[in-house]
Amino acid sequence: MKTVLYLVQKEFLQIFRNRFLLPILFIMPFVQLILLSYAANFEIKHLKIHVINQDFSPVSYQLINKIQGSTYFDLSSASLDVSSGYRVMEKDEADLVLRIPPNFEKHLRKDNQTALQLLINAINGTQAGLANAYLNAIINDFNQQLRMESIPSPAGSPLAVVNVEYRNWFNPLLDYKFNIVPGILVTLVTMIGVFLTGLNIVREKEIGTIEQLNVTTMKKHHFILGKLIPFWIIALIDIFIGLSVALFWFEVPFVGSFWLMMLFINLYMIAVLGLGMFISTISHTQQQAMFVSFFLIIIFMLMSGLFTPIENMPYWAQWITRINPIAYAVEFMRMVMLRGSGLPEVAHLIGAVTVFAIASNTLAVWNYRKTAQ
Amino acid sequence: MNHEVAIRAEGLTRKFGAFTAVDHISFSVEKGEIFGFLGANGAGKTTAIKMLCGLLQPSGGKASVGGFDIFRQTGQLRRNIGYMSQRFSLYEDLSPYENLRFYGGIYGLPRREIKPKAEAVLKKLGLWEEKDQLVSALPLGWKQKLAFSVASFHEPAIVFLDEPTSGVDPVTRRQFWHMIYEAAHQGTTIFITTHYMEEAEYCKRVSIMVSGRIQALDTPGKLKEQYQVSSMDEVFLKLTR
Repeated sequence: MKTVLYLVQKEFLQIFRNRFLLPILFIMPFVQLILLSYAANFEIKHLKIHVINQDFSPVSYQLINKIQGSTYFDLSSASLDVSSGYRVMEKDEADLVLRIPPNFEKHLRKDNQTALQLLINAINGTQAGLANAYLNAIINDFNQQLRMESIPSPAGSPLAVVNVEYRNWFNPLLDYKFNIVPGILVTLVTMIGVFLTGLNIVREKEIGTIEQLNVTTMKKHHFILGKLIPFWIIALIDIFIGLSVALFWFEVPFVGSFWLMMLFINLYMIAVLGLGMFISTISHTQQQAMFVSFFLIIIFMLMSGLFTPIENMPYWAQWITRINPIAYAVEFMRMVMLRGSGLPEVAHLIGAVTVFAIASNTLAVWNYRKTAQ
Repeated sequence: MNHEVAIRAEGLTRKFGAFTAVDHISFSVEKGEIFGFLGANGAGKTTAIKMLCGLLQPSGGKASVGGFDIFRQTGQLRRNIGYMSQRFSLYEDLSPYENLRFYGGIYGLPRREIKPKAEAVLKKLGLWEEKDQLVSALPLGWKQKLAFSVASFHEPAIVFLDEPTSGVDPVTRRQFWHMIYEAAHQGTTIFITTHYMEEAEYCKRVSIMVSGRIQALDTPGKLKEQYQVSSMDEVFLKLTR
């Protein structure tokens, strides 16, 4: 084991002498964390709506006022004819076009039914869906209001209305940052870990020092441990700084157990660093290692459930996420930090990263050859 | 001089696909001998050295180094050899002292022995003033002398040197050979490749490799006699042309 200490010492000397590496390790992740957490905003507000009011009735103005009154929509422009409404949409100056046809109020009063026309810019499908849902909610609400006004209720007995009372658990104010910051943090630390270990052993291959190590009596697992430990320590420091940013800058709540999280994070770091080292042992140049790491990181990141829920993915894609360490980490961080889940609820996640950690490091040791074939 | 065998190869062969880099070479090197392993570029010298050091799996044949089989006893073999590769193999971003300490530690030398020993080596090399500079700042000749000291820091019985002096100035080369003689005098077996034929004259025996085969093997004196020439240069040219 003394061999491992000499390897760790040498690795730290090299890391701290590398002027290029230090900012990558200790500054870049936090710039990214802050930048991405503000930028990756999924709330849809201030959608531009263009209104074509061909009715000019009091009811039509009431409806427009109600739409304007919500924070989701801004009345950006208005016109009288449909073709100018189309033009606004084509120029991407509006996200929605709402047409209130002539005799809107008249039909409503006389026939008890009427129609509105809604055009939605669906280039961004998610946004279009949400815009539709929001606007429908507003119009339904408006509908109900009208009905209550028009149907005279029998004296003393108000119209029966079902009111749904709801509460957002674990994130009462629906702050998207609570959801995204812990996930971005683990993703960034994963990237740092995989890239650095991925490039590290290959670098020794490229400069030739690996041969000098291979003729020594050093054991293969000592070598892998000697590479793992320094980056493990650095990743933990990154996690601590990142968590401080999450808790004190973004004020993300931390409801769960700190020690449970440390247990998971440590196992998780061993798992992803092992993956980086495995990549390093199968690559011959830093370029190859870089491309393989990129390939995996992009898939892992976009399929982690950080940006789109895993439940919405096709069945085969959900299967792939089962070998995706980032998916486990994102889920774990959200469960423990926001929900305060305890060991029984997250035991399966801890089990999964443990298996991953054993597998990736075993593969790395097994695939590292001191004698070339 | 006793006649214990340090290195023995019998029909050692290495193929890369259809290409045979080392073709059934057989030779033996005595303990404490300086053995010159000559050959043109691409003759298969480095491939042979890598097999003897346990860095490359042979395709066939037998070989033992320090009494250990290169197929089965790589663990014990590694404890007994030092290797200085053709490529520069020190850590450039560490100081000479840190390089020595690191390799000493890797070979499992006791911590309290490493420091005085490394300091003695640095003083002897004349690198004491530069012991805390990064290796990258040292001239090539100094790096090569340091690399030899690193390869023999754990006092191996056999040291393999693959073109240790290429690109090194004549003065430093002479110093380098002085170090080799000193190590051989203490009983270390030296297995060295070189392109400088005057260096071949310093070896006790030399072999000359051509296209993966050993074409000649004897003392420099006998080889010159055999080919009726006056220098090793001419022997080499006669064989490799």
